[in-house]
Amino acid sequence: MSELRDRIKDVIETEPVAVFMKGTPQFAACGNSARALEALRAVGAPITAVDILPDPQIRQELSAVSGWPTIPQVFVGGELIGGADITEELHASGELERKLGEKLGDGWQAPGQERVIELVEGGSPFRVV
Amino acid sequence: MAAERLESLLRDAFPEASDIAALDRTGTGDHFQVVVASSRFDGLSLVDQHKLVYDALAAPLADGTIHELRIRTRGSE
Repeated sequence: MSELRDRIKDVIETEPVAVFMKGTPQFAACGNSARALEALRAVGAPITAVDILPDPQIRQELSAVSGWPTIPQVFVGGELIGGADITEELHASGELERKLGEKLGDGWQAPGQERVIELVEGGSPFRVV
Repeated sequence: MAAERLESLLRDAFPEASDIAALDRTGTGDHFQVVVASSRFDGLSLVDQHKLVYDALAAPLADGTIHELRIRTRGSE
């Protein structure tokens, strides 16, 4: 349990923009995860995605770390900025870019840079979506 | 109706709110949009504002009533 929690914390602390979502950027399995991704893509943020579906423990441990009960969860520079609603709201107000600049410094933009981190070895062969 | 239950939980948690609404987005009793306008949000980050709403709705979030929740919060100004 704590090993998984440590890996989650490590992703949050080391990735510029970490998105814990259902599915992957190529195939978001949930409308809210897709909304958060769209807002981040629109401003050219680099995206590191973690699919929480392969193991229910990921979501449990993540919520224990963040205090946030729902998915997706978007972290910038180690800080939870919110779920889909807040990410969209920040994008609409122009605040999202300001926040990215403030947290990540100049040159944070990396349009199209998207990668996926697998937290669970091999994942599960049977994905419940 | 699940939306009424959510609204009543929000009214209990935010008695001072100037606006509270809960809408069943899909008519299926599990996808909701809630709106809360309260002076308690003044000076709080959006994350902390939404966390207060999640706290108020902890029971329906935990028991599976809420499959998807959209939140809109406003302060008093």
